[in-house]
Amino acid sequence: MASEGPLLEVAGVTLQYKTPQHLITATYRVDFEVFTGDRFILLGPSGCGKSTLQKAVGGYMTPTEGQIRLKGKVVTRPGPDRMMVFQEFDQLLPWKTVRQNVVFALEASGRLTGKAADDKAMHYIEKVNLGAFADSYPHMLSGGMKQRVAIARGMAMEPDILLMDEPFAALDALTRRKMQDELLMLWEETRFTVLFVTHSIPEAIKIGNRILLLSPHPGRVKAELNSVDDPQEARLLEQRIHNMLFSDEVGETMEPVHA
Amino acid sequence: MRESAAASAMTGYPAARPELVREDSSGEAITVVEKPLSPFEICYNSGWLRKATILVILAVVWELYARYLNNDLLFPTFTATISAFAQNVADGVLPARAWASIKVLLIGYSLGVLLAAVLTALAIASRIGTDFLETMTSMFNPLPAIALLPLALIWFGLGNGSLVFVLVHSVTWAIALNTHSGFCSVSKTLKMVGKNYGLGGPRFIWQILIPAAFPSILTGLKIGWAFAWRTLIAAELVFGVSSGSGGLGWFIFENKNMLDIPNVFAGLLTVILIGLVVENLIFQTVERRTIQRWGMQN
Repeated sequence: MASEGPLLEVAGVTLQYKTPQHLITATYRVDFEVFTGDRFILLGPSGCGKSTLQKAVGGYMTPTEGQIRLKGKVVTRPGPDRMMVFQEFDQLLPWKTVRQNVVFALEASGRLTGKAADDKAMHYIEKVNLGAFADSYPHMLSGGMKQRVAIARGMAMEPDILLMDEPFAALDALTRRKMQDELLMLWEETRFTVLFVTHSIPEAIKIGNRILLLSPHPGRVKAELNSVDDPQEARLLEQRIHNMLFSDEVGETMEPVHA
Repeated sequence: MRESAAASAMTGYPAARPELVREDSSGEAITVVEKPLSPFEICYNSGWLRKATILVILAVVWELYARYLNNDLLFPTFTATISAFAQNVADGVLPARAWASIKVLLIGYSLGVLLAAVLTALAIASRIGTDFLETMTSMFNPLPAIALLPLALIWFGLGNGSLVFVLVHSVTWAIALNTHSGFCSVSKTLKMVGKNYGLGGPRFIWQILIPAAFPSILTGLKIGWAFAWRTLIAAELVFGVSSGSGGLGWFIFENKNMLDIPNVFAGLLTVILIGLVVENLIFQTVERRTIQRWGMQN
């Protein structure tokens, strides 16, 4: 697979958006490539444009400069080949049950219909251990369960790439750790490609196999690193990334460490 | 205890305490885990029973006051009203009048909903559509529909046409305003989810925006219904007969002229009853099946 070349190419992408007062450059000439089966992490402090970058990959924004290509085709608009998993819990349609939410995604995008859609939906709902809740409405679920449904929905669509925008950021610490483990287990089983945005260094090292470090204002590539599994090395990597991200700021904006 | 507290106050550190670990104990032995509610509490929890009680109390107060007043021309008793109502229902006058009103109402209401749908669709599709809708609603929403009736009578004549015209006017703006503000408040995430599925245009509106904005749309439909009902009765009262038979408003007006006040009350009661039925049966059922089940309203 890897010999086919990159699945997703982001080449010299500059992203700008306008607020009523300003023109803001979110990212400046960012390059990276994602290969099939990658767990590719966009990591950086807030304001580094990582979410904006992912929205652009999702097709919600057009780069002012550069190109985003998926399988060699330029991304111009949102589509089901790039399923998003958002941070917000309200990403499920509240008027549909868990099962209907997944089925609707399959049917609305024209991937599958009828029984086939239903079977596929249930397959992935079982995979995220929500089989017992298939006929519950989203408002009856906890935050972690909602995120699991969103992941099931994203995976059921079998997109070329799954785009996850800090999907665990709004969860409590215990649930977050569990969800990270589950995501890795799912990846072991199905080997999907995921582009994962986070601002947590430990999460990046745990989830990712390749990490793109972005610096803020505007977002530029600072480094592209390989992640490690060994806990000892992971700690060293964490320290290294931490130093890279915060080295320039020591002394000026470094906040006091809370005990 | 006191000594250690004093000591901690001196050093500034909290007092040292031994650790405590409890073995898992079942709660049942200690306190009530589950217990059925008392009959009164169960009754009190059912909404229709509470409302029925309120209605009964109101009827009793009405009856007592009317008996105390003892003047059938000003304020007939509840029983007199009910018997007038029963008689009019029995001889088919009230049902016919009510049906005449409801028929006109339904025509006007559906046309108003349709027009509101077109206007809001335009408003979502383009910025100029939004401006158009906002300008029109701010101009016409505060304008009482009944104020247009004289004009309508000139344009459409003495008939259902003018009634339908004022009804459409009373319904459209309330519904359009609520629907549009509902669309505007649909969460950004949900919109992005819809786009992510590749939905666009009418399918996006129908499958994402309308269900997501349904609480506001339903509010609009309810307000529109109340406006329409009010406008219709008022229009019939003021300008009387429309195309022969005449509706409830005309029934009230006629009986007032004949000083048959229990009948006037029976007519008013019918208006109220229809309002209650529509609100409590139709709209509440829709609400229960949709936004309450979806957790959009508690």
